Amino acid sequence: MTLLTQPTDSEPAPGAAASAQLATRQTLRLCTAGSVDDGKSTFVGRLLHDTKSVLADQLSAVERTSRERGHDGLDLSLLVDGLRAEREQGITIDVAYRYFSTAERTFILADTPGHVQYTRNTVTGVSTSQVVVLLVDARHGVVTQTRRHLTVAALLGVRQVVLAVNKIDLVDYSQDTFEQIREEFTALAQEKGVAEVTVIPISALRGDNVVEPSTNTPWYTGPTVLGYLETVEVTEATSELGLRLPIQYVIRPQGTDYRGYAGRIAAGHLAVGDIVHLGQGRTSTVTHIDTADGEAATATTGDSIVVRLADDIDLSRGDLIAGADRPEGSRDLTATLVGLADTPLRPGAKVKLRYGTSLVRARLTSIDSLLDIDTNHEHPGEAIELNDIATVTLQLAEDLPTEPYSGRGLVGSLLLINQADGTTLAAGLVR
Amino acid sequence: MSTTTAGTLSPHLKDLENESIHILREVAGQFDKVALLFSGGKDSVVVYELARRAFAPAPVPFELLHVDTGHNFPEVIDFRDRLVKRTGARLRVAKVQDWIDRGELQERPDGTRNPLQTVPLVETIEEQGYDAVLGGARRDEERARAKERIFSVRDAFGGWDPRRQRPELWNLYNGGHLPGENIRVFPISNWTEADIWEYIGARAIELPPIYFSHEREVFNRDGMWLTAGEWGGPSKGEPIETRRVRYRTVGDMSCTGAVLSEASTVQDIITEISTSTLTERGATRADDRLSESAMEDRKKEGYF
Repeated sequence: MTLLTQPTDSEPAPGAAASAQLATRQTLRLCTAGSVDDGKSTFVGRLLHDTKSVLADQLSAVERTSRERGHDGLDLSLLVDGLRAEREQGITIDVAYRYFSTAERTFILADTPGHVQYTRNTVTGVSTSQVVVLLVDARHGVVTQTRRHLTVAALLGVRQVVLAVNKIDLVDYSQDTFEQIREEFTALAQEKGVAEVTVIPISALRGDNVVEPSTNTPWYTGPTVLGYLETVEVTEATSELGLRLPIQYVIRPQGTDYRGYAGRIAAGHLAVGDIVHLGQGRTSTVTHIDTADGEAATATTGDSIVVRLADDIDLSRGDLIAGADRPEGSRDLTATLVGLADTPLRPGAKVKLRYGTSLVRARLTSIDSLLDIDTNHEHPGEAIELNDIATVTLQLAEDLPTEPYSGRGLVGSLLLINQADGTTLAAGLVR
Repeated sequence: MSTTTAGTLSPHLKDLENESIHILREVAGQFDKVALLFSGGKDSVVVYELARRAFAPAPVPFELLHVDTGHNFPEVIDFRDRLVKRTGARLRVAKVQDWIDRGELQERPDGTRNPLQTVPLVETIEEQGYDAVLGGARRDEERARAKERIFSVRDAFGGWDPRRQRPELWNLYNGGHLPGENIRVFPISNWTEADIWEYIGARAIELPPIYFSHEREVFNRDGMWLTAGEWGGPSKGEPIETRRVRYRTVGDMSCTGAVLSEASTVQDIITEISTSTLTERGATRADDRLSESAMEDRKKEGYF
């Protein structure tokens, strides 16, 4: 457990937002991951504390508990451990979401625990993240857990990863140690196909280079962690995909002719007058795009919209409105699965499969290989256990227009669901 | 302060709105009978407003459910009834008083009825056969809520088991459940208090007037400004004073405190909360002060 010994900052929060920037404020979704004892809870606590995102009543609760436990400083990890069992056992059980903002950006941070159920939690946190921040202990450098986290980030298509080399104070702010870790990590990231890596020497306990630049690392001239997060331009793998609009719901007010197909655009964009492809050779023309702001002439990826078409066509939830490059329907699927449940998945298993807004019956035909996440080698396997990563073949009960995973999961992601009780068995990426 | 005008959203708010509307439409697509918990508080008003935009020009396909503690601010009930009339919403009210009258619930010695909402909520869900219940809880409110899913499975007793939560990936929400179980859905999980107010400003959403500065007779109990009502009032030695106050949250009158405030517009409020040193629950909710795990314990028993 790590303690912060600096006195509590009781100044009022300076108003997270300078007003002029409110109108252009953007969101950045990120996740933090690390192994046990690398000081991640202290790091997240430091980020919240130094961005004045922790308020007086939260701090006094942490002070009280720190005192009760006999700590003479402020235990910042108490800020983020939300459940009773976590505080009592000094562990983090589950992914938790944190919010903080600066003048430039609002941050949604998925804080993933390092030890139990590591892959399951990391996959969950990474799946909604644009940027991943990994932590290592400067004394230990890149460890197995770092490789696993990096593998998951690469698998899910995250292109920007930060490595925070924590506890740099405990190696006397050694540039040599930092450079060694940086080189090893950069090589590893290249091998995994992560496009952009930023390595930063920090001490979460002392605050070096987390929010404030440190005078203890004069040899480091790069950004602080927050400085990086405030300015990073999120790059996406170039997508050539045309429109993908999975229909969520059909809006048909009684006693009117209105018939609108509601959904969130998963790829591409759309304009009134566009010809859209609806499967089985059917096409139609977009006559209206309705949004939360009223009618619009165009819409783009990420927008929740309602589309009206020129022709009266029978479409319902689960159908796909697409551009000219609409994928063919198919009943066979190759996917990479991550095991999320305690019960193993074996070939022959009958499940429900969620893809976009479709929910169909499916069968696990075969397990083609299991990935050893530590060695990156593939080997044969009989069952997919919790945290396993496997390449499989699935057979579907109906045709689905599936296509390879892209756009960090907006396209080509799926869930396997237990038919009996509805639990989520596995997450998948279409290959 | 902000130059945000009605109708223009920052990219951040637009992102949150797109996400919430997507979640609301998933609920309509995946479930048969859905209730939207509606207290008249700002968060439930925003969820309802998002639902109206998600399904327009059709009516919202969810029934509003108000679990009424009986300790209401009259201004909030008045607001609720006007909103129902104006928008044509269907409203069901489950009154805690009915459970007390039948001897199925007992008043607590401290007079607060907030924790008593759980039984009427769970029993109404069962009686009406709701398979999903929408709530306006946000993850930034409280640290147990920071671990809540957007689709949260509850057992037949309405209970939350943090260790049994489903991993939630990408924007794929799994509403599968056993008969008797239900899913609580939190479409504004990722919104903060500041986001809510900026949205209320940008979308010109009407709220109960007690959110804005007004003169009120109040008394101070444990550092919290309370107001007399059906639930009771000051004890001896608690003098009544007239102060300019507003409410940051709206709940059971007995445990919802006012804050001293001159903020009379949405912009004033955005400025005020950006310089506040207290969280909204810390400033205004006596029930969360009971213990470090007060919210976690209530959620495990079926609170939302």
